[in-house]
Amino acid sequence: MQTLKIVVTGPFSSGKTELIQSISEIDVVSTDRAISQEAERIKDATTVAMDFGRITIDEELILYLFGTPGQRRFDFMWEILSEGMLGFVVMVDSSRPETFREARRILNTFKNYSPVPYIVAANKQDMEDAWPADDLRIVLKVSPDVKVVPCIATERGSVKEVLLELLYSILAIMDRDETT
Amino acid sequence: MALKGRLKDFGITQLLNLVNLARKTGTLYLESPEGKAFLCFRQGKLIYSALRGEEKNLLTLLQEASKLTPNQVQIIESNMAGKADRDIAMMLVQAGHIKQRDVASSMHQYVSDQMYHIFSWQEGTFRFEPGSLPIQGKMTVSIALENVIMEGSRRLKEWERLQDEVPDLDVPLKFAERPTTPLRDINLTVEEWRVISFVNPQNTIRRIAQSNNMSEFQIRKIAYRLLQAGLVEFVHAPRQAVVHVKGDALGRKGKEQDKKAVAKPVAQRRPAVKRGLIHKLIDRIREL
Repeated sequence: MQTLKIVVTGPFSSGKTELIQSISEIDVVSTDRAISQEAERIKDATTVAMDFGRITIDEELILYLFGTPGQRRFDFMWEILSEGMLGFVVMVDSSRPETFREARRILNTFKNYSPVPYIVAANKQDMEDAWPADDLRIVLKVSPDVKVVPCIATERGSVKEVLLELLYSILAIMDRDETT
Repeated sequence: MALKGRLKDFGITQLLNLVNLARKTGTLYLESPEGKAFLCFRQGKLIYSALRGEEKNLLTLLQEASKLTPNQVQIIESNMAGKADRDIAMMLVQAGHIKQRDVASSMHQYVSDQMYHIFSWQEGTFRFEPGSLPIQGKMTVSIALENVIMEGSRRLKEWERLQDEVPDLDVPLKFAERPTTPLRDINLTVEEWRVISFVNPQNTIRRIAQSNNMSEFQIRKIAYRLLQAGLVEFVHAPRQAVVHVKGDALGRKGKEQDKKAVAKPVAQRRPAVKRGLIHKLIDRIREL
């Protein structure tokens, strides 16, 4: 049995848990706890260790999805979760510009952990105040060869598109590595 | 779709950078404890800016620039009451009272000064309305935002902000792979040129500062300006594994190596996965 891992990261409340919940075939093993800090009280619970979802590919292959805790004080978990990952998705709440700087920091941190392919998911595109994906690319200083994909993490079809785009990026990098 | 937010989360410099890089057309409305303002952009260029309640008409600007006397202004105002600034400018130029370049330079100065005043706002909210340009009849200019960003950043003094934007001096800089503006279009100070001459993936920001005898504050300011103008970028090299090799006091390598401490090179940390597995993943996810 072979297992592969994709990590879903991003700032606090960017939609990581929702993305995994939307696509996982098992109930997400979530380690949410009630929010303790007043400043973070924009949702009822948050992930303090990781979220864990699964997609069975066939009898011999399983894809695991790991969601990182979004709060900065749990960032010691990030490197552990990133070990051996196939690629990663950086979730951004497109409607909360106050989180963009943190998203950029997380993106750069994960880039430094491992040279694997990644994409940015511009989440909450159904919100009225959502910034377009093209603008997020500029704000987050995402290079042109990295995809920034519009996303609604609560919709399975949208989450499928995000994962497929990441997998296409992985294939493209394999092609590039083979030719060089 | 309007872009909204708070200035403390997304500052003026970042907004201008976004407008510039996305070549946006529209109006940026700002509300801060210091006042209200709006800035108009066409294809990423600043064409008009005004502080609410402090808008000046063309004649006032020309008088302040000593291009017209108070007496002339009074006569023109009485003859052209209700006319738009653009019509007044056309009449003045055609009648030979003033040169076109004087009108342009007065407007350029005014719009720039308003912009730099707004640059210091750090509290309040913003809203960008794409496509909307409330400048009917007004004189407009066309100012490249790279220079506005550079000059505005020069005036930005906040040390904390600089520390936030350039938190680590031990990373190198490199020239942007796709610079948004050719170097010749940007006005650099002598200090900025000195830093530019040391930009190289081998030189950390700290090393550049030491080579130029600059303080941390000075180098942060310059690095920040160059980054915001899109001329340089951080080199985010993958972390290199530290290899501990025991040796003697002269630095010669000993025979014993701590093999446990020898981490795999970063490039090898990418999991070895065959293409067939990725295609399986793609097929399965498409089915879901």
